[in-house]
Amino acid sequence: MKTIAALLHEHPFFAGMKDEYIQLIAGCAVNHIFNQGEYIAKESDAADYFYLIRNGRVSIETSQPNYGAVILQTLQDGDICGWSWLFPPHCWTFDAKAQTKVHTIKLDGRCLRGKCADDTQLGFDLMQRFARIMTERLQATRLQLLNIYGRPENNKDQEI
Amino acid sequence: MIPDIFYVKRRTEEYPGTFTLHIKKKDDQPQTSFQPGQFNMLYAFGAGEVPISMSGAPHSTSVYIHTIRTVGLTTQALERLREGDQLGVRGPFGRGWPVEKTTGKTIVIIAGGLGLAPLRPLIYHLLSKNRDATDIHIFYGAKSQPEMLYSDELKNWAQQLTLQTSVDMATPGWQGNVGAVTSLLTTAKIDPENTIAFICGPEVMMRFAIQELIKKNLPRTSIYLSMERNMKCATGHCGHCQWGPTFICKDGPVFCYEEIHDWFHRTEV
Repeated sequence: MKTIAALLHEHPFFAGMKDEYIQLIAGCAVNHIFNQGEYIAKESDAADYFYLIRNGRVSIETSQPNYGAVILQTLQDGDICGWSWLFPPHCWTFDAKAQTKVHTIKLDGRCLRGKCADDTQLGFDLMQRFARIMTERLQATRLQLLNIYGRPENNKDQEI
Repeated sequence: MIPDIFYVKRRTEEYPGTFTLHIKKKDDQPQTSFQPGQFNMLYAFGAGEVPISMSGAPHSTSVYIHTIRTVGLTTQALERLREGDQLGVRGPFGRGWPVEKTTGKTIVIIAGGLGLAPLRPLIYHLLSKNRDATDIHIFYGAKSQPEMLYSDELKNWAQQLTLQTSVDMATPGWQGNVGAVTSLLTTAKIDPENTIAFICGPEVMMRFAIQELIKKNLPRTSIYLSMERNMKCATGHCGHCQWGPTFICKDGPVFCYEEIHDWFHRTEV
């Protein structure tokens, strides 16, 4: 059976990270499995953890009155779920729900915040990784907002 | 340059505003076979002519299949055609997907919206070669589930190859991926030495898809895309579809990214 440190090494989020940092982070991590339909996080709850998705699909949702849950985005193998643990007030912004059985590595945000405060190099490394993820998600959201698959507005026939 | 007369053998509605015509030559004469990625000029009498990609099985000499979205006057006229109605056809034209380069390679197909239509003949070709399902990866993005093309075929393809779909907007009951199709690529495992990628969709989607592939070290020579511009004559004479030093109708619509990357990102070209 692989150690948590080995699983962290394999996950794309930690690709290229120094081994000593992986060992430090592994001290704050455990394996966790969510069954299909189970909530990983609920909007406004305390965000004390975040999750590396090893396999499975997670939907990021919000609920609308008279409509129910609206799925904003899905995450899958190799993705990371949650960054609310990084910033005050440390509360989840959206719901996160397991669409399938989801194997994760659950990381304790409070434990990591303490280690990052003690070792700012670790904090910087981790923050760079989260900044990259946030940038990718922002770009993807902008693409979603563009409605790129909609009809061209110039009303002229072109090749499809 | 003179259109042949065809008639509509069958018409299907994909979703409101997008339909598929199965057309056959008048008197049921055999038609010219085509290469995946080529297109025909469809002439709606009294309205005009539009370039539309082939979306049926290549080497089929019984019918041509075209999936069309109504945008302007000509496509609106094509939409009004019903079974038995006639239209003019010139083609097939253009340079298609380089199917000969797929042998022994892992294939990544990235389609957005209506961009699945020009890729479908390529998928048919690959399926006819009895390739291993794990060798063919299709990433298909659409606005929402009701606006996905060929929904029945997508279910079949999911059994025969590796298919991942994503929608920008989840409708009630949708249990698949939500997000830009390029998000699926960020975590995809791609062997840059042994992969060839084919992309078709809105240009902005293709730019982001290429960025993801380049990040995974896929060489520019292994990336192919199908471009769209205002094609009129389809033979490289009128100049309407000039793009940099190329004519899309004659030198494309399929290009290797290595050939066009110098001007692909220039908005003024």
